Amino acid sequence: MSAPAPTPAAAASPGEGARVITAREAGLVGCRRCHLAHAWGTERCTRCGTPLQSRDETSLQRVWAWWIAGVLFYIPANLYPMLSTRVLFTTHEATIVEGAIQMAQSGAVGIAAIILIASVGIPVAKFAAIAWLAWSVQRPGRGDGHRRTVLYEVVEFIGRWSMIDIFVVAITSALVHLRVLVSVTPGPAAIAFALSVIFTMLAARSFDSRLIWDGIGRGRT
Amino acid sequence: MPAPPDPRGLVVCPRCDALHHAPSLKAGGRADCARCGTVLEAPRRISVAEVLALSATVGVLMLGALFLPFLSISSMGLRNDSSIIDAALAFSTGLQTPLVLTVLASIVLLPLARVALLWWAMAPLAFGGAPLPGARAALALDEDLKPWAMAEIFVVGVAVALVKIADLASLTIGPAFWMLICAVLVGTLQEALTDRSALWRELEVARTRARASA
Ligand SMILES: [Zn+2]
Repeated sequence: MSAPAPTPAAAASPGEGARVITAREAGLVGCRRCHLAHAWGTERCTRCGTPLQSRDETSLQRVWAWWIAGVLFYIPANLYPMLSTRVLFTTHEATIVEGAIQMAQSGAVGIAAIILIASVGIPVAKFAAIAWLAWSVQRPGRGDGHRRTVLYEVVEFIGRWSMIDIFVVAITSALVHLRVLVSVTPGPAAIAFALSVIFTMLAARSFDSRLIWDGIGRGRT
Repeated sequence: MPAPPDPRGLVVCPRCDALHHAPSLKAGGRADCARCGTVLEAPRRISVAEVLALSATVGVLMLGALFLPFLSISSMGLRNDSSIIDAALAFSTGLQTPLVLTVLASIVLLPLARVALLWWAMAPLAFGGAPLPGARAALALDEDLKPWAMAEIFVVGVAVALVKIADLASLTIGPAFWMLICAVLVGTLQEALTDRSALWRELEVARTRARASA
């Protein structure tokens, strides 16, 4: 399906050993939205109107700012109750992890695993991955470009799925609310968790993946 | 440093900045970046009108999913139907309002907004007219909203919630649930069949034509 491959513009010969030239090295700037090449200094893409920047200079600052916000909100998201259940006059509150443990104890091990992966595994892995990507591009020559590009794509693709527990809480409380005796309401952790997911998504989107490859180019030549 | 090459006929990888000659591909083909492997172009046989039809289908299914009964719960002989919008309105009090708005936006409002934006940007082209003002901004915003529209994640969330509370009450799935699943499937099909760079090229051609005739 992938044939014919496009020819790199400055390749001596296509295929192995052909050194790829970047738009910046050629004195051009590319549109990240529609991929069109433009002369250096062009302000906006002539096709789609997107502002053009050879490299996003503020990328890493914004990545770290959103990353810190995401981590900060992830702490109350785990300390405060995600769900509070009221039966007559007693109220029972459970954090994300407590809720998952209760699910596992009542036999729903699969559900508990989904909640734990989406609410703990993915966010923690995402914090680590974004921090590593942002850290590695400031130290040229470190890490494999392909592996880091794949890592970035995985982070972008999978980060949204953390929202699943928010949806579960919303549906559970909406449904159980319809009954008279039991009331289930989202706790303060729910909004903190949703904000943490949103901030982490913004951190990932602020990252300029071209920085990964700049370091590689400098390392090899 | 040599003089920069003529940018015409060149494309740039959005992920790694590698410069390429614009590939000439047949429908169904695919051109990947020579350095990082990102897909640069993947032309499809589907027309703009067909893309719009798929997107309108998503819109209609989403509206149905919003207003028709989503789930019914019955306990002690009482039956309670609830649509997504009922549930959202019942919960819009105090601290829960931002949460309800976030959930509502990510599952139906943003997907609906994407349908409207795509139609605003592309519908006049399908009918042979000039693009509306702001067509480029609309198509760009449609693209930017994509990761924030989370209907497919919500569907999995519903499945998890159903298992979780199955022993608390007897639940029946309403038509809105199936409509939401269909909306997710048609939306995924639409994304897979659409070549975004082709949409941008068609829009550029239509804008140039409109300017020339004005
Ligand atoms: Zn562009």
